[in-house]
Amino acid sequence: MTLLGQFALWAALLIGLWSAGLAFLARWQDRPELALAVRRGAYAVFAALVVAAIALWKGIFAHDFNIEYVASYTSRNLPEYYLVSAFWAGQKGSLLFWAVVLALFGALAQLLTARRFRDLLPYVAGVTNLVAAFFVAVMLFGDGANPFERLSFTPPDGRGLNPQLQNPGMIAHPPMLYLGYISLTIPFAFAIAALVARKLDAGWIIAMRKWALASWLFLSIGITIGMWWAYLELGWGGVWAWDPVENASFHPWLTLTAFLHSVMIQEKRGMLKRWNMGLIIGTFLLSIFGTFITRSGVIASVHSFTQSSVGYFFLGFLLVTGILSFTLLYTRWPALEPEAKLESTMSRESAFLFNNLALVGIAFSVLWGTLFPILSEAVQGTKITVGPPFFNRVNIPLGLFLLFLTGVGPLIAWRKASSRNLQRQFVGPVLGFVAALMLALTLGLRGYPLMTIALSGFVLATVVQEFGRGVRARMRMHAENPVTALGRLMSRNRRRYGGYIVHVGVVIYFVAFTGLAFQEKTAVELVPGESTTMRSPMGHDLTFTYLGTSQFTQLNRVVSAATLQVSRDGTPLGTVVSEKRQHIDSFGRPTFEPSTEVGLKSSLQEDIYVVYAGTPDGTERAQFSLIINPLVNWFWIGGGVLALGGLLAMWPGGPQIRTRRRLPSEQAGYAVPLTGAGAGS
Amino acid sequence: MKPSTKFALGAVVIVASVSLLIAQGIKQTGTYFLTPTQLVERTADDPTFHDVGLKVSAKVVKGSITRSPAEQRVDFTITDGTSEFPVTYVGLVPDTFTDENDIDVVVEGKYGRDGVFHATDVIAKCGSRYEAEWEAQGQQA
Repeated sequence: MTLLGQFALWAALLIGLWSAGLAFLARWQDRPELALAVRRGAYAVFAALVVAAIALWKGIFAHDFNIEYVASYTSRNLPEYYLVSAFWAGQKGSLLFWAVVLALFGALAQLLTARRFRDLLPYVAGVTNLVAAFFVAVMLFGDGANPFERLSFTPPDGRGLNPQLQNPGMIAHPPMLYLGYISLTIPFAFAIAALVARKLDAGWIIAMRKWALASWLFLSIGITIGMWWAYLELGWGGVWAWDPVENASFHPWLTLTAFLHSVMIQEKRGMLKRWNMGLIIGTFLLSIFGTFITRSGVIASVHSFTQSSVGYFFLGFLLVTGILSFTLLYTRWPALEPEAKLESTMSRESAFLFNNLALVGIAFSVLWGTLFPILSEAVQGTKITVGPPFFNRVNIPLGLFLLFLTGVGPLIAWRKASSRNLQRQFVGPVLGFVAALMLALTLGLRGYPLMTIALSGFVLATVVQEFGRGVRARMRMHAENPVTALGRLMSRNRRRYGGYIVHVGVVIYFVAFTGLAFQEKTAVELVPGESTTMRSPMGHDLTFTYLGTSQFTQLNRVVSAATLQVSRDGTPLGTVVSEKRQHIDSFGRPTFEPSTEVGLKSSLQEDIYVVYAGTPDGTERAQFSLIINPLVNWFWIGGGVLALGGLLAMWPGGPQIRTRRRLPSEQAGYAVPLTGAGAGS
Repeated sequence: MKPSTKFALGAVVIVASVSLLIAQGIKQTGTYFLTPTQLVERTADDPTFHDVGLKVSAKVVKGSITRSPAEQRVDFTITDGTSEFPVTYVGLVPDTFTDENDIDVVVEGKYGRDGVFHATDVIAKCGSRYEAEWEAQGQQA
């Protein structure tokens, strides 16, 4: 099977390069059969990579430990569902996963794009095939990156999967993030296609908008599941540590969020053409940069991936792609002249522009902080690192400014808001702000938490007002009952109301972060029967009684489980169990370092989070870290709301969104097509 | 004033605040990240460095870990091959903190005038596994 897989990789590489070469070099515009050949190249690369993926999967499921990858990440006693996730558990497998999914998306983009954008498609195929070919090349030529590499002998059993990856969240977290990163290639491909073909109206944006939304959705879900995994597995009681690898997923999310807002200005007003191009190219580059950070080990991270020269392939790719893309953008600069001017700072355009600046500012500050160890070493010769205090200091004020704009954007009119418009729109939301402010003050909040809650009230009131007005208007005009009106309102304006629901999700996130700022933490040592009490931030007295520790063997691990009885204000809540796990192979020998499973008692108000740190030899004293986390569950709820809003916005069908009429200058094609007749049609 | 000028002013304010926040944040929260040799040299040059909180990345000397469970204290020695010094830490250490293999640690704290590094945080990374290890097993088999 590995031979077949190897062969399939070579086939994908050659077809990919051939079709990309044809797309960019040959004059396919005059020859429809060549254009078709280029587009079919996307399907062929996909087919070849599916064969390669099946080959690796067969090796994993057959426990062929002669394959180095299979021996390194699986074992005979690994539960079956983790065999599935073993495909992307290691670097080699995740490269193949990346390539095959990219080829799938590339093929889908060819299949699903409307006929009127046909002129762009051969270029799109060229870009996706080139990127896929790069990933295949990394596998074939990278140092220790080929998933089909064989060992000189066959170990009796594999090493097994890292226990921290043996978690249901971990089956979903990496592929979700990968789907997000990978699908970014499609909007990027459309941008490049539009630049090369000089089709610089909003067509490319309409053609790829759903892809950008899908990518945003995958990234959001992937990041949220990643937070959930960090919360459950890393045992420090937080959800986000500003670790370089986490940041790497946050950068493209921020710039993509900016992009999703600023394209609306281009669609409505024909402005920001250059900015949008730059933003989507930058977003794609940031996703590649994230892969470089994760794979190269240039920056110390808790995510210990194998460090190898593979990272430098990505650095090279990043530089070449960046230079080529921005050069291309530069050559089309005059043709990307805006069609309108900003008419007033009191306008939707201006709110969106500030929103873009804030998002890009946050992305820049996070990038700067992530790279600072390298930058400081290069400039001063001494490595200086920044941690969570830096990111919090910088990003809390910027985040609050962004939250404020989240409320303002939907309220303010396009072009120029009249003072009547402002009055009519802002009275309700300002009342929401004041109400939330009062509530937060009576709860004793001050400073940033106070501002967060007050602004959350502002944004929520904005969303409620928008929904309320829409529903009332429909009830009046179509004589519908409120429920029908709400349903039709949302299904007729999916993008708009989906967006508002996303805003609600964002507010929930902000509130959850505020809650987490009030975390209480203590370390205790208890003998069986002994109790300790701590006061939770919500004002409850929580009593923990240590009941004892039990040892047992379960699946592929030996477990010692420490049990605590918990009661809140004297009412028993039941028990919490935290485990120390030693994973073993099928011969009973220990594999990996011991790992810890946190004990959790979760509620909407607060989580009780217990980490069993171990029992010193020869004693019966057990050491625990006890953490009370207010409002943590709201992260997962916020993530769910965000995902629902995103799904609604991208749901297929619905009314066609009207596009701006082309200006005469565009129709005349003052950008004379260099590449042939096809581009002028 | 033209709207685009007003917007440009707003943009300048935002860019300036972002830069200011970053610059101040780095100045007030930035932490030195040194190797043991760099730390030893710097403190020799400038004794006030003993009072600066910083991070050191090094390897744990095999067999040097002594645990005092009663006080939850751990003592160990770290090295980068050239310089080494003892570290003392009170608190819970991560699961990956063992001295069976060469493990990489990052310790955060102050390098006291007593020549002992008083850590406030210990982060352990488990030794990466290399292909070479498979080859070694193959030769044994």
